[in-house]
Amino acid sequence: MESPVEIVQHTAGGVIGVSWLMIAFPLLGAAILLILGRKTDRWGHLLGVAMSLASFVVAVLAFFELLGLSAEQRRQAVHLYEFIPGMADMGLLIDPLSISFALLITGVGSLIHIYSIGYMSHDPDRRRFFSYLNLFVAAMLLLVLADNYLGLFIGWEGVGLASYLLIGFWQFKPSAAVAAKKAFVVNRVGDFGLLVGMFIMWSATGTFAFAELSEKAGGLSQPMVTAIGLLLLLGACGKSAQLPLQSWLLDAMEGPTPVSALIHAATMVTAGVYLVVRSGAFFFPEGSPQALAVAIVGAATLLAGAIIGCAKDDIKKGLAGSTMSQIGYMMLGAGLGPAGYAFAIGHLITHGFFKADMFLGAGSVMHGMNDEVDMRKYGALRKYMPITFVTFMVGYLAIIGFPLLSGYFTKDGIIETAVEHNQVLGWLAVIGAGITGFYMSRMIFMTFFGEKRWAEDAHPHESPTVMTVPLIILSIGSIFLGGYLILSNRLMLWLAPAVGRPEELPQFHFASTPGLATLALVAVGAAYAWMKYGRAEVPAVQPRGSFLTTFARRDLYGDALNESLFMRPGQWLTRIAVFFDNRGIDGVVNGLAAGIGGTSGRLRRIQTGFARTYALSILIGAALLTGALLLVGNI
Amino acid sequence: MTAHYLVLSGLLFAIGAMGVLIRRNAIVVFMCVELMLNACNLAFVTFARQNGNLEGQIIAFFVMVVAAAEVVVGLAIIVTIFRTRRSASVDDANLLKY
Amino acid sequence: MGETITFWVLAVVSAGAALGMVFNRKAVYSALMLGTVMLCLAVMYAVQDAPFLAAVQIIVYTGAVMMLFLFVLMLVGVDSSDSLVETLKGQRFWAAIAAIGFAVLIIVAVGNAVFAPQAGLEAAVGPAGYIRSLALLLFTKYVFAFEITSALLITAALGAMVLAHRERLTEKATQKDLSRARFLGDRPSPLPGPGTYARNNAIDMPALLPDGSVAEDSVNRYIARYDVEQGHLPEDPRLAEAIQHKAEEDSK
Repeated sequence: MESPVEIVQHTAGGVIGVSWLMIAFPLLGAAILLILGRKTDRWGHLLGVAMSLASFVVAVLAFFELLGLSAEQRRQAVHLYEFIPGMADMGLLIDPLSISFALLITGVGSLIHIYSIGYMSHDPDRRRFFSYLNLFVAAMLLLVLADNYLGLFIGWEGVGLASYLLIGFWQFKPSAAVAAKKAFVVNRVGDFGLLVGMFIMWSATGTFAFAELSEKAGGLSQPMVTAIGLLLLLGACGKSAQLPLQSWLLDAMEGPTPVSALIHAATMVTAGVYLVVRSGAFFFPEGSPQALAVAIVGAATLLAGAIIGCAKDDIKKGLAGSTMSQIGYMMLGAGLGPAGYAFAIGHLITHGFFKADMFLGAGSVMHGMNDEVDMRKYGALRKYMPITFVTFMVGYLAIIGFPLLSGYFTKDGIIETAVEHNQVLGWLAVIGAGITGFYMSRMIFMTFFGEKRWAEDAHPHESPTVMTVPLIILSIGSIFLGGYLILSNRLMLWLAPAVGRPEELPQFHFASTPGLATLALVAVGAAYAWMKYGRAEVPAVQPRGSFLTTFARRDLYGDALNESLFMRPGQWLTRIAVFFDNRGIDGVVNGLAAGIGGTSGRLRRIQTGFARTYALSILIGAALLTGALLLVGNI
Repeated sequence: MTAHYLVLSGLLFAIGAMGVLIRRNAIVVFMCVELMLNACNLAFVTFARQNGNLEGQIIAFFVMVVAAAEVVVGLAIIVTIFRTRRSASVDDANLLKY
Repeated sequence: MGETITFWVLAVVSAGAALGMVFNRKAVYSALMLGTVMLCLAVMYAVQDAPFLAAVQIIVYTGAVMMLFLFVLMLVGVDSSDSLVETLKGQRFWAAIAAIGFAVLIIVAVGNAVFAPQAGLEAAVGPAGYIRSLALLLFTKYVFAFEITSALLITAALGAMVLAHRERLTEKATQKDLSRARFLGDRPSPLPGPGTYARNNAIDMPALLPDGSVAEDSVNRYIARYDVEQGHLPEDPRLAEAIQHKAEEDSK
């Protein structure tokens, strides 16, 4: 196995030296749009798109500059400034891993920016939407480009903030506000894990920088590394909606669809995978318990997400379940060590394309159907939205792993590597792929095939060019990207300086046992979906399902579990504390105050205002004093 | 004889104090205060003779001076109050209270 | 022996006068009683080898302070007498208790004390003489206190002036102003003179106007009030009514 290469300080003044511009552009855009406010309503969206595109251009230039360097030189650290004097420096790390993410974020991000011009054209707050999108892009780039955990954490929180703002973008809807709050709170749990992991990291090594950690992490004791790894995994679970912190992602679909595509499918939710892969060399050594935990979490989530996806009638929630499931694949890949990293990242990139494609396609459908999200009210849309249909189909075929499309190569890579490393997890992934075939086919059949089940005032129409062009570009990526990256191990060799690679390069088998089994299961799933939703009539009202269906519809009772495990006891604790505060502490304090107040209220009556009364008390006092002196002093 | 004078002094003082307490006419109250001061002076003078010391008389003299000053100012205050309130009763000026 | 007789006489007189001062309803009588007490005390000072203080007592207290009291009493209203009703609950009772208790305390204290024979002032006075000794003390040891008292007296005089002073808010009316006001008012002419019935004091008898009606304004209102209070009303009901009306006007 080959280790990652050393990080070298960037000295040549190329594009890499000014790679901070990638972050600065969208940040500037967000600042301008937020500070100038309504003045920018007319041209704000254009500025947002321009900033995102500028960032993309910088990323592409940096990518090509990196390509021009030899493999040993491909990890370039760019020092920016002293962040906390004597403790942490702020700098960027431009290496194959981070630049891949940067290309994905800025590339897909720019497409989604462009798409949003059309999608949000009727929204009076479009300018605010673009400012949040720009903020997200800046934070996400900081997350992936930072050369230390502190910068990563700032970006991590930044994307959490942007996610919160965008889920709750239509904050006048109570459901959106609640969903935003839920996402924020659940993410806090994960962030807490990441933070504590960083604390331990700091106390053990005294540094956050990747460059120094790669030297010092080897000297840490095994339990320490495991502890840090598990805490980082908790953070990754929160951000990537993995079990047990998955509950927020489905609700997050309350946000506008481009947000779901960009943040909750293509980029932000993959930050957990990035974290695991980035930390892989330090805290997730191959075969360690924490790496196994990552793989198990991934496998469990890919099944859970797939099962949830089967029962959802809301097209976006169905896609959200699918997102969970696909990120589960990536986590599974990331848990397998350097052998799986390339496939995990590859699946992440192709998933970024085809899932964004499908989300934007779903948004296009909703755009044409008066924002209807219930698939039971769709049907036969393929004739009315041909471009959306075709691009969606491409995304669909990619995600179910139709041979020779993007998803086929990346997902198959993960499955095969998993089967090699861990039979159980590998075959669970195969089953997951079969379920994927079912629920994605169900979505296709319910939406584009069958009978019209539209609401009466629905007039479906194809979306404007500004929305369909990004769809087309994304679907082209969904077709070819996977094969390009995986065949002949291009991605693995490219990423090797950053994350390492196995000694022996894997060979892609078109007819391996797991691969054929996957294809067979997918075919069965799709056929079953055709029988149930394509040929048969889809009831307009959700039928009472079996126990399993209800289980899936309720998100595997994740919310109920959270509620009864954490929320209820928390509420009881709060009530007890409130009761104690009201009756106990307030009682004492208020009683004391009331007592003093009452006493003084009575005492003040002594001040009658009559000089003679005062004189009387003076005389009595003088008499008593004289008497006392007589008694004591014996005068 | 000293004891006699002192008892008379105490008696006059007590009578003056009682007058201060029970009379409402501010001028009479003031007179009672003067009576109390005079009673004190008597005690001073008596003690001066008892102890063979002139300083008791000096103190009594100072008391008289201060009393004179006090009467001047006090009566001026009474006149001012009477002018504004048409009343010389000490009970009428009772606004400074709870 | 002479001193004992003097003391007892003066003690009885002064204590009685003091009680009279406290319990007399009329403030003027109280003032006179206080003067009596002060005179008695002056004599006592003289008896107790303090002739200077006796003189000061008479000059300052009985002379100046008491005159000031009487002056203010006249200013405030000599005939106003205190109401006997005590408004403060328990004030008299507790005042009596406190005063008697205080007196008893002092009497007990003095009674319990054992006095040495009186030292007398001969030693203190010395060969220089009484007044010179007093002056020596006053202008050497107590000169600072003495100067302070002078400052105090000046301050008191200024304070009395400030307190009793009333600021003139308008120009003093000249004769021209008064004349103008009179002619702008209801009655430019002088008030009618009182009547001249021979049977009565002419000054409290209203005049009759030429048409036979009674001229109320012809009687001074203070005189009218005095007449009503004393019952000196004329027999003629019309005149009596006019006087009563005038008196009512005054009391308003």
